[in-house]
Amino acid sequence: MHQVTTRTRASTIAGIAALALIAVGLILPAFAPRSLIQDLFFILTMLTLAQLWNLIAGFGGMVSVGQQAFVGIGAYALFAGVILWGWDPVPAILLGGLAAFLLAIPTAFFAFRLAGAYFAIGTWVIAEVTRLLIAQWKTLGGGTGTSLPREATSDIIGVEAIANLFGLRDAAARDVLAYWLALALAVATMAAIYALLRSRTGLALAAVRDNDNAAQSVGVDARRVKWLVFLAAATMTGLVGALIFMQTARISPDAGFSLTNWTAYVVFITVIGGIGRLEGPILGVLVFWGLQTAFADYGSWYLLALGLLAIATMLFAPRGLWGLIADRWGIALFPVQRRLILEGAKDG
Amino acid sequence: MIWLDVLVQGILLGGLYALFAAGLSLVFGIMRLVNLAHGDLIVFAAFAILLITATFGLNPFLAALIAAPLMFAAGWALQRFVLNRVLGKDILPPLLCTFGLSVALQNGMLEAFSADSQRLSVGPLESASIDLGPVTVGTLPLLTFASAVAAIFVLNRIFYTTALGRAFRAVSDDPTTASLMGLDPKSVFAIATGLAMVIVTLAALYLGVRANFDPSIGPARLLYAFQAVIIGGLGSLWGTLAGGAIIGVAQTFGAQINPEWQILAGHIAFLIVLLIRPRGLFPRAVD
Amino acid sequence: MALLSTHGLTAQYGQFKALFGVDLHVDPGECVAIIGANGAGKTTLMRSITGVLRNAPEMILHNGTPIGALPADQILQRGIAMVPEGRKLFPSLSVEENLLIGGQVRKGSGRWSLNEIYALFPILKDRRHSPGTALSGGQQQMVAIGRALMSNPGLLLCDEISLGLAPVVIRDIYAALPAIRATGAAVIVVEQDISRALAVADRVYCMMEGRVTLTAPAKDVTREAIHAAYFGAAA
Ligand SMILES: Nc1ncnc2c1ncn2[C@@H]1O[C@H](COP(=O)(O)OP(=O)(O)OP(=O)(O)O)[C@@H](O)[C@H]1O
Ligand SMILES: [Mg+2]
Repeated sequence: MHQVTTRTRASTIAGIAALALIAVGLILPAFAPRSLIQDLFFILTMLTLAQLWNLIAGFGGMVSVGQQAFVGIGAYALFAGVILWGWDPVPAILLGGLAAFLLAIPTAFFAFRLAGAYFAIGTWVIAEVTRLLIAQWKTLGGGTGTSLPREATSDIIGVEAIANLFGLRDAAARDVLAYWLALALAVATMAAIYALLRSRTGLALAAVRDNDNAAQSVGVDARRVKWLVFLAAATMTGLVGALIFMQTARISPDAGFSLTNWTAYVVFITVIGGIGRLEGPILGVLVFWGLQTAFADYGSWYLLALGLLAIATMLFAPRGLWGLIADRWGIALFPVQRRLILEGAKDG
Repeated sequence: MIWLDVLVQGILLGGLYALFAAGLSLVFGIMRLVNLAHGDLIVFAAFAILLITATFGLNPFLAALIAAPLMFAAGWALQRFVLNRVLGKDILPPLLCTFGLSVALQNGMLEAFSADSQRLSVGPLESASIDLGPVTVGTLPLLTFASAVAAIFVLNRIFYTTALGRAFRAVSDDPTTASLMGLDPKSVFAIATGLAMVIVTLAALYLGVRANFDPSIGPARLLYAFQAVIIGGLGSLWGTLAGGAIIGVAQTFGAQINPEWQILAGHIAFLIVLLIRPRGLFPRAVD
Repeated sequence: MALLSTHGLTAQYGQFKALFGVDLHVDPGECVAIIGANGAGKTTLMRSITGVLRNAPEMILHNGTPIGALPADQILQRGIAMVPEGRKLFPSLSVEENLLIGGQVRKGSGRWSLNEIYALFPILKDRRHSPGTALSGGQQQMVAIGRALMSNPGLLLCDEISLGLAPVVIRDIYAALPAIRATGAAVIVVEQDISRALAVADRVYCMMEGRVTLTAPAKDVTREAIHAAYFGAAA
């Protein structure tokens, strides 16, 4: 008797803990101060971006340094929906996902033509092209950008209900709404990635990452899997981008398509936490948030140190902090490796 | 006649981009490593030249002569102590390392040199020009292009006619068998990166004398270099000259139509070439 | 003192153990043959000696000096060169460049030079500017041997130099062996063809499943002993 399982005792506990955490997260706005909600919004959106980048780079081997393209286009789509077509900002977030999806098609088309590591710079070029094109869009402020009009931000769907429910002022209620949406996106993204990695497609992705040719010879359509994962990640990234800039209510090409904010930070979070594992970005984002809170005032010194930290991680602990922890104690909260369990192996 | 002028300017600008690209192409050809900090290293070299110029009151051309061996040493050490340790089957670690380096370098330079624009001054040479009949070209752009041709010529000679070049090709083909020939692939890699940094210094010299630079402009130089490499065809050094020229011409034509379109036009030209010739104009048989 | 000796040499690929304590020695000027079935560990043994696979220092001695932990390039500098299994010519290098790269880190002055190699394998001189991989299998093997000789080794390791070649070509290649031995170099030949191994070698080792199962002077080893050592069957 044997069965293949990915479950471990730690993973069962982690599953229960995750559900409890989500429940706490949902009711948190009832008693948490506004600043905590704002911090959590930042953590959750960065976590989602990091998980998505981890999916394509860590699990799929597609090292994109152009994810800012999808954040930016998602944000601009939301602004277009609200400003040009009078949409409510919340449904306009969906426009962000759609725009990112549409942009991801030509991006993948071009970048997949580039050999190995040159893929990275290819995605970067696309992000630059998108930024430059968007900067030509004069009705959305061209190179200097624009803000969401007051009328649009003042009566977002649900804000009034939240304000009444918790007895908050409108601005704080908007934060709660954004936080809930960020929580929903983070949970949905991580659940989807977890499910994907445990599915047949997840196995295929691992095969593609390790070796394109070998994957092909065992009947995995490598191209299809890569396209699927890349498009899905881009779409989600667009949704997150739209949400982030709905909250900021102001956009410019430089902010929307910032390499530092939407790719460098995201890469550092994943690398420092542990690339190629679901736990990595979770740990990474907490470390990052701590560093950010403590040192962000140091500006470029801070970024210099982050860059060096990423290099040091690659040199001395290539599987990141979580890798160190897993090696030390052998735990996996969200296991995606398959283990063979032999029942009755003792008497066999 | 204006368009002929624009065309010539573009081709000469391509010389600069070929200089950006040659080092990237060399390193990729030998160890399949894409250095995402390549553009920032160019800017770093430009600051090194500036510093030497200012400290010793030297002409930038002489300063570059001093900077070149220093940059060789820096490249050698970078490869030896960092990149060699992460090089392997998996392309992720070296990419992430050089990405970290890119961010670290940019911000380090920002702290050291501030965000102000700088320029390497070469006096009257800056505005000198030569009358070539139908067009008049700047002496500096012409010198840049000639240097690019010379650099690529020398690199090709090194690559195909010297013992060092033989070692480059052997470790690129098969590092394990090369080590059976008594070569240490890691030291060969270190020399290659050092050599690439010498080219980077040359590129930095012309970058600095032709236009303003500041710590933030590295990534864009990386993109131009990369585009020139891909258009030229992986592994072809002469191809990078053609690739650089295409980007340069597209940029000058774009700028002629609308100054805001300069950079965009270069990127679009790259995408068009990638669309119709995904392996570049002069692809090598292998790879 | 033996020129080269291994002592309880082990090797593994990841979890898989390929050698379980191999003891072997080669005297100066001696020609030793290693035979054994596919997968016996012959190539692994060669890769361990030449430093492609690293070992504990004391597992391999060269003139009494521990060299087990040295990297491949330093092993070569000590005068141990290998003709690797499958020839492994550099595709980007011409025939002549393949030879030259073998001599790039020559040890002192020795017999072998480009001209000497061309004298040994005249056909290579005509093809010197072709890419190494554009030659026939036999010619490629000659390049691989010449390339190893260019470092003037005191010990030459030949891993299955007859693999995939026609009998006449194999004969031509083995015809070079006396000239090589005449320089005083010791030779280890890994060979599947037992009678050829016995014909060229002073001594043979037989390997099976990562162990040495027989060692004997080539001239008085019996067919039965080899059969037993080769297949592990009770003789
Ligand atoms: N790179 C490798 N990774 C994993 N296992 C290997 C590797 N190379 C060899 N092996 C295994 O080690 C064992 C010994 O292989 P080796 O190549 O040394 O045998 P051999 O005697 O040279 O065989 P042949 O006569 O076929 O060349 C074999 O079981 C083989 O499958
Ligand atoms: Mg073998």
